[in-house]
Amino acid sequence: MPRKVWTALIVALLSMTLIITGCGNQGNTSSGEKVIKVGFIAPLTGDVKTFGESAQKGFDLALEQAGYKAGDFKIEPVKADDRNDATEAVNVATKLITQDGVKAIVGSLTSLTTIPISKFANDNKVVLITGTATSPKVTVDDGKRKEYVFRACFIDPTQGTVAAKFALEELKLKTAAILYDQGNDYTIGLANNFKEAFTAGGGKILAMEAYAKNDTDFSAVLTNIAEKNPDILYLPDYYQKVSLIGKQARGKGIKAVFIGGDGWDSTDLDYKTMEGGYFTNHYSAQDPRPEVQNWVKQYKEKYGQEPDAFATLTYDATRLLLNAIETANSDDPAKIKEALQKTKDFSIVSGEKVSFDENGNPIKPVTILKIEGGKQKYVTAIKPN
Amino acid sequence: MEHFLEQVLNGFQLGLMYALIALGYTMVYGVVQLINFAHGDVFMVGAFLGYFGFAVWGLPLPLAILLAMASCALLGVVIERIAYRPLRYAPKIAALISAIGVSLFLEYFSSLKFVFGPNYRVVPRPFPEIQWKIAGLTVTNIQVIVFVVVLIMLILLQILIYRTKTGMAMRTVAVDHNAARLMGVNVDTTISITFAIGSAFAALGGVLYAIAYPQIHPFMGIMPGLKAFTAAVLGGIGIIPGAVLGALIMGQVETLTSAYISSQMRDAIAFAILILVLLFRPTGLLGRTETEKV
Repeated sequence: MPRKVWTALIVALLSMTLIITGCGNQGNTSSGEKVIKVGFIAPLTGDVKTFGESAQKGFDLALEQAGYKAGDFKIEPVKADDRNDATEAVNVATKLITQDGVKAIVGSLTSLTTIPISKFANDNKVVLITGTATSPKVTVDDGKRKEYVFRACFIDPTQGTVAAKFALEELKLKTAAILYDQGNDYTIGLANNFKEAFTAGGGKILAMEAYAKNDTDFSAVLTNIAEKNPDILYLPDYYQKVSLIGKQARGKGIKAVFIGGDGWDSTDLDYKTMEGGYFTNHYSAQDPRPEVQNWVKQYKEKYGQEPDAFATLTYDATRLLLNAIETANSDDPAKIKEALQKTKDFSIVSGEKVSFDENGNPIKPVTILKIEGGKQKYVTAIKPN
Repeated sequence: MEHFLEQVLNGFQLGLMYALIALGYTMVYGVVQLINFAHGDVFMVGAFLGYFGFAVWGLPLPLAILLAMASCALLGVVIERIAYRPLRYAPKIAALISAIGVSLFLEYFSSLKFVFGPNYRVVPRPFPEIQWKIAGLTVTNIQVIVFVVVLIMLILLQILIYRTKTGMAMRTVAVDHNAARLMGVNVDTTISITFAIGSAFAALGGVLYAIAYPQIHPFMGIMPGLKAFTAAVLGGIGIIPGAVLGALIMGQVETLTSAYISSQMRDAIAFAILILVLLFRPTGLLGRTETEKV
């Protein structure tokens, strides 16, 4: 066959594929039942995979309890793994939006990956709600709100501020040193806001040192910090890094109380090293509120373990989204977005009567947990001002 | 002053870690004139095998180290046979690209779930860390062990290269493959032995690194590998004592930079040194300026 015919055939075949996939994206199956595709992005492998696995459990349970339905719509989940890598996150978000045709995404998990995909989702007018990405930049870009982006957690300033407030007022500690990852918006955000609030409250920051993601040797800065003898060592990074730093800090004779953020919340945290430390979190399974106790019970029945904050917040985020789809009763992302923004007095596990502020952030108290006897212990919940 | 000495000691420990990797790097370069970018990844494989040996399979530490070294020696020989030997007489750049390919392959293959998996693993210390206070300085048993191992590696390599028949063969191959072959040297075997020894040392370095900084993952070899490469270039690549000298200087520069200038500048200054050395003294500190090897 001459080459021209082949080319024509291939072009014809390709355009047919396009038409077919195009039809699939309309959201109507042949039976007439309305379907809405909801994407889910989380790091299911990589350095924070235990977070991602928990998040997936929360997402699954929320959909299961809703019977994979919201209003007249059948929910079809499409899952993707971003390995906690910003580039990979944009790749999978592109695939979900352009190939799978999702109308809304739950995810991703860390600010590192959620900031780039939130911009991408917003530009493509797809609703994105993250359970756990705490950086302010997720919903706001250069002072401009990304209208399609929401979250179910508080933001970094809140965590840093509450940690500083707790250290000054409850622990009565006056001096602190901070170590943070200079390439990660999450730890930078917590570190800066802790510093600001701690100084404003009359405390003194003795040292603020940066490191890079792949560093393993912290002896130089820790030797400097040991000499200044601070009351607090603020470590706002993820569990594997703070475990490593904590071990070396104790090795250098640093006696300070370790304080951190929600990145500590993992079964892989080195509990022996971090003993006596405190961290801010979104939720505690020991919180006596009935919503919390119910959720813990259901989760335990299904998975045989206690839900962590990542499972809880992703569950909350998914429920907020399903509620908005139901209220809007539409698969138009613009309408879902409006319904989400108007959410009022909707009770979720990590907070009562939640509504969103003008930046898509919920307003609710921050939980403080202590590492004691190799376990997490609920201490208190503090309202940010 | 005590504080300064403590920092120098920190830098010394870091430098010794780089030396562990730089020695194998530089030896392979010295014989084959190939920058084996996969060296840092063999180091990673060694760390994982050591970890599996003593932490998962419950072998005694020396046996776990031997196992890691033997397996990596074999891995090194296989890498050379598959990825470098077919390119031995191709332009140097081809082998270099092949080395980068091997490096990426080892990283991503190790990340697969049925190999090592992509996750960070915490390495339990096979023996407790002991600290001694000597004249106000804190010295740990791990620092002492690493120091002794680097010293032994350095001496063994010097003996191997200058006092044995294999070493003589290596030096001959380094000068001219064809002439060496005419003199009855088995070039292929000699190069295989070089890779085996270099990779075994990388594995030993990996296990010790994992004990000193108890966390391993498939990409752990990249940064130390680059730093060790910088150290080898700094000391004069291909020169065995130069690798140790370069590594110790790198360790001091990094530690003193983060202690007294800024912890953010650490890597920037470390790699700026690589550029400066390449600009002003391309053969390195111990390199002779008249020989042009590359």
